Amino acid sequence: MTGNAARTERVQRYAGAIDCDLHPAVPGMNVLLPYLDDYWREMVAVRALDRLNLSLTSYPQNAPLSCRPDWTLGEGNKPGSSLKAMQDHVLDRYEARHGILNCLYGAQVFHSEDMAAAFCRATNDWTRDEWLNRDPRLRASIVIPAHNAELAVAEIERRAEDFRFVQIMMLVSGELTLGRRQHWPIYRLAERLGLPIGVHAGSAYRYAPTPVGWPSHYVEDYIAQSAAFENQLQSMIAEGVFAKFPDLKVVAIESGLTWLSGFIWRADKTWKGVRAEVPWVTRAPSEIIRDHVRFTVQPIDAADEREAITRLVDHVKSDSLFLFSTDYPHWQFDNDAALPQDLPDDLFRKILSENALASYPRLAKSNQTMEIAL
Amino acid sequence: MTVMDVERGQSAKYQLQVIDCDIHPAMTSWKEIHPYLEKRWIEHLAVYGSHLRHAFSEALSHPRMSPDAARVDAYPEEGGPPGSSLDLLQKQHLDPNGVEIGMLIPLRWNPGSQRNLNLGVALTRAMNTWQVERWIKQEPRLRASVLIAQEDTEGAVAEIDARGGDPNFTQILVLPRTDEPLGRRRYWPIFEAAVRNNLPITIHVGGTGGHPSTAGGWASYYMEEHHMVVQAMQAVLASLVFEGVFERFPKLRIVIMEGGLGWIPSFNARMDKHWNRLRSEVPQVKRPPSEYIRNQVWFTTQPMEEPGSSAALIDLFDRIGWDRLLFATDYPHWDFDDPRTAFKANLSEAQRHQLLYGNARTFYGFDE
Repeated sequence: MTGNAARTERVQRYAGAIDCDLHPAVPGMNVLLPYLDDYWREMVAVRALDRLNLSLTSYPQNAPLSCRPDWTLGEGNKPGSSLKAMQDHVLDRYEARHGILNCLYGAQVFHSEDMAAAFCRATNDWTRDEWLNRDPRLRASIVIPAHNAELAVAEIERRAEDFRFVQIMMLVSGELTLGRRQHWPIYRLAERLGLPIGVHAGSAYRYAPTPVGWPSHYVEDYIAQSAAFENQLQSMIAEGVFAKFPDLKVVAIESGLTWLSGFIWRADKTWKGVRAEVPWVTRAPSEIIRDHVRFTVQPIDAADEREAITRLVDHVKSDSLFLFSTDYPHWQFDNDAALPQDLPDDLFRKILSENALASYPRLAKSNQTMEIAL
Repeated sequence: MTVMDVERGQSAKYQLQVIDCDIHPAMTSWKEIHPYLEKRWIEHLAVYGSHLRHAFSEALSHPRMSPDAARVDAYPEEGGPPGSSLDLLQKQHLDPNGVEIGMLIPLRWNPGSQRNLNLGVALTRAMNTWQVERWIKQEPRLRASVLIAQEDTEGAVAEIDARGGDPNFTQILVLPRTDEPLGRRRYWPIFEAAVRNNLPITIHVGGTGGHPSTAGGWASYYMEEHHMVVQAMQAVLASLVFEGVFERFPKLRIVIMEGGLGWIPSFNARMDKHWNRLRSEVPQVKRPPSEYIRNQVWFTTQPMEEPGSSAALIDLFDRIGWDRLLFATDYPHWDFDDPRTAFKANLSEAQRHQLLYGNARTFYGFDE
């Protein structure tokens, strides 16, 4: 087989993929202006908000991790800001069946809850018009002002009838640990509407990124993201979120993945020792995770990714928890190695699309001819 | 026959030989350190007490699930808190469990977290002397740890140099929840002093640095707080790696104490992967982070991981490195690891001996 033929075969293996983590970039605030009401349009003008660069500290615009070198766009264009490029680089290349957009714009992290709500609403409208309406394969997460449950619920309700919004996104580090009851109205609605909570790496930087304070370097912040995921799962379990909302699903997006082994061992042992403190937690955390939590697979924190995934399947006793993702345009892998090539066929297929279909109720529904009037 | 007699019998049968790296001595009354504390500080403590970065001056914000976080059978008959009776420590732990050497890790007063640095330094000085006078002079199997008030670098270095030549002290003790991540430059004189005195630095769970225990806010439950001690350890190691501390001090040795083990391989891989991507930010880091960890960091075993199968546990030890594991019981705390039953794996006698005894003997230089 020639090099090219082998390469084609490698790519073909991804046909029908459901890519659970794509990042469209808001090119600038000007694109959101049409979706703001008069008051906020005036505020943008008076305060010159449109001159602000709302790139997140969690993803410095030019850091190597934030964009794969061969996925950069022309001078001055933010990586991820072109639908055409996303199609070329990922959707068409892998013959993807679906791609789920997770927009990491700054709307959700304003301290002002009102400002956050206005810009989240605009971001969701813009995502619908510029992405969902222009490529039928695309689906999206609803961006919300998570620090105000009432406003967040209103934004989710606004999207409820559009089945192309398949998930609610929250940053892994916000103002309150995710299990706290202030968030429960969001979870109650999510459960009712069949929307998983997609917890994505990233911080609103309300607090130091580590329990020992502020590290000097970005690489330390990024590494600490996996710890944030552990803590938030522990928070949701301990507060009883999954006991209260038995049909709720959570998807950990861009978490690093391999920390999960250590997490379930420690969480199970801790629970056995202190469960009297949380009587509503009646099952081991590992069982709760198996029923309620899914994980996107990029990045895979391991030198040998195939070995890492098979080891993890062994440890968590399930091959249904892992969801394909490219994390486009973030630089997590090279060439077409979004999944390890030597993964067994069954497991490859489950990760590629079957697990996502089982995890996102709206994905299966919106896959059929739309029955609801939009 | 009492429970203790049964344990003694087992001890003889298995010929346990143990070095316990984590024993918590307590005070019958805080006045025990008065002989070693200036009058000024005795008065200060009586009037103002501890001054830390949390809500209660004398209690933890996440109350533990048992009194004093202790085993229920560890209360001395003569009164006083668990860990305060040498007699009970000997009868309940050192003798039946074959402990040849036991390391004292005093946690009372939290001197490294005191906001009043002068008080912190005075407390470390007093408690260091207290360890020798109250414990080691009565029980030669015990060893002391040099407590330091790390936020006062000068005071900390003076205390390290003062104890460095005293063979009763085997290590320097720091709690991970410091004011800033431990790798930052303000702490480097402490690393210099540690290397100069050939003492490892042990990081034992604890401290109150004021930062929330997660990047997303404070935990509600002890169940969460207990999980998160792992993350503090990860942040300390990442800081030491990426600030270039290991590169700058190749003879520095770090012990991560009571931080768990299950996270180490994935954390190493995570550091390596993202260092590889972002290394232009940290040119001071010359080698993959996991190499520094492999060469300069040791881990105590309690609380032992229980992955559910012998093979998974042995796989974990393989990936961490068997020679990096130091046995600890955490006596008298509730999650005490018994040397007979802690390792739920099919270990050979040689492996068991290495974990319970050999590694610590080599690491601390007890065989020299």
